Amino acid sequence: MVLAEHTGAQVSEGTHELIGKARELAFELGGVSEVVLLGSPALADQLGAADVVVSVEHPALLQYVPEAYELALSEVLAQRSPRLLLMGNATVGLDLAAALSVRWDAPLAAYACRLGFDGTAVTATVQILGGKVFTEVELPGERGIVTVLGGAFSAASESSQSTPEVVHIAPPPRLDALRMSLLEVIAAADDDLDITSAEMLVSVGRGIDSQENLEVVQELADALRVPLSASRPVIDAGWLPKARQVGQSGMKVKPKAYIALGISGAPEHLEGMRNAELIIACNTDAGAPIFAVAHYGTTLDLFDLVPELIGKVRG
Amino acid sequence: MRIAVPVKAVPDLVEEIELTSDGTSIDSEYLTFVLNEWDAQALEEALLIKDATGAEVVAIGLADDPEIEQILFTALAKGADAAVKLVGTTVARSLGPTGTTIADRAAMLAEYLAAQPVDLVLTGVQAPDDPDGQLPSRLAALLDLPHVSVVVSVETTGGSLTVRQEFAAGRSQLLQVQMPAVIGVQSARQAPRYTPIARIKQAMQTGVLTEIEVSPPPATNGLVVRRMHGRETTGQAEMLTGSAEEVADQIVGLLRARGLLKG
Repeated sequence: MVLAEHTGAQVSEGTHELIGKARELAFELGGVSEVVLLGSPALADQLGAADVVVSVEHPALLQYVPEAYELALSEVLAQRSPRLLLMGNATVGLDLAAALSVRWDAPLAAYACRLGFDGTAVTATVQILGGKVFTEVELPGERGIVTVLGGAFSAASESSQSTPEVVHIAPPPRLDALRMSLLEVIAAADDDLDITSAEMLVSVGRGIDSQENLEVVQELADALRVPLSASRPVIDAGWLPKARQVGQSGMKVKPKAYIALGISGAPEHLEGMRNAELIIACNTDAGAPIFAVAHYGTTLDLFDLVPELIGKVRG
Repeated sequence: MRIAVPVKAVPDLVEEIELTSDGTSIDSEYLTFVLNEWDAQALEEALLIKDATGAEVVAIGLADDPEIEQILFTALAKGADAAVKLVGTTVARSLGPTGTTIADRAAMLAEYLAAQPVDLVLTGVQAPDDPDGQLPSRLAALLDLPHVSVVVSVETTGGSLTVRQEFAAGRSQLLQVQMPAVIGVQSARQAPRYTPIARIKQAMQTGVLTEIEVSPPPATNGLVVRRMHGRETTGQAEMLTGSAEEVADQIVGLLRARGLLKG
């Protein structure tokens, strides 16, 4: 069973990735793939790759409110008793998965990059410690929840465009007595530049050490005439505006070249840039996960490399 | 208003992580432990609320976490009003360096908070070593409290709680939440405040860590760890060698070959 994430108009790409995996597992385990669609029944059209769409409708579900989704999903789990529930590992998964692990009394594996069935048990590989360690785990029992890192699986092909069977589940009564409400949806601010349209990016991570040091990488970005972007820690420290953030909770970019300076490459960052055509990574830690996706790398200190790069670029 | 900030010690990710010889656990002997960076953000957000409203902030750690005393004394030095150390007998499982799963941590915190209720629990949205799921929503479910995660601002003006929840691509939303509630903090409204070593040392002299015993039943339905490993492939990156000047040359060559150098 997959929880569909949507904006009201569009089912997310991540949802299609999960449906693909759900179909594969359903085939292996001799079951069916189901997608839970909350609040927007019309989107069932976009979910043709699943066998069943389980729909719950209620005014409280028209937009994403954590408690409403948790109540509706709990109801669905109780009624449909799936073998596994799959969700993305982003905001919705971070909101709901661990709570549902308690309510549904099911083991939960988070940050999964691999998921399968070995004949006796459901197994997953989860990435922890900034992506440095891979833990192979087993989910014991007859049910389980897995939250999946973006891009871990390939999307279900839209080939089986038969309209799936739609099952309607009555909304649980507690949806009328929520303890939270949505005040306002805030779209992304567009007063800073748009890094998603840049041909190339110079991107900086924790390795820059201080806000003052940004000057030297900004100079490189200026010399190349491209924007400066960053990984989450630099943004959280307030050193660059939010619009410059590359990663799961920032922007996904696909430039012709991505120069990563002092970025370790935690899965949440890689999700935002791994499809760049040319990735050059500079990190003094030879074991940094960024080198798994970079095409070229160096363990030189960025403070030694960048001034030389600036000189060469300026000619 | 009382705000609880559960905090966790985690391995410093700057260090190299080594595994035990049987490959089922992390070798914590040479690791440095630091405060989970997301918990540091949660503590900062709590202190910002305290600055604005005079709320009481209590930091809570688990006695079995390495370096937890240092972490709690630092919280006191930064402005927390109280620090609590939970001592419990839980079944340690080798899911991480501290041996205590998030499920067990949540059970211990839930027992304490059920007895000592607060208005608001602020804790980091995640930790680097929480493969069995994140603390905030698990804790909230155990206490049957409303919860919101990936929050970047928490305001309690006028007795009601307003949080900003963040999604991908710069989108966010404002939610009003009834208290008591549990909030998973992604980042505070400003970077965690600095406190000088002298102040921490003073807290260690005069600060009090209250020890509380908790004994929840061990959490069931945990994961079974088969093995752990580092990145298996040697990495696909072709490593460039030479002096900084030589490597810079090679990089410029790569960019030029793709027509990315202007002028």
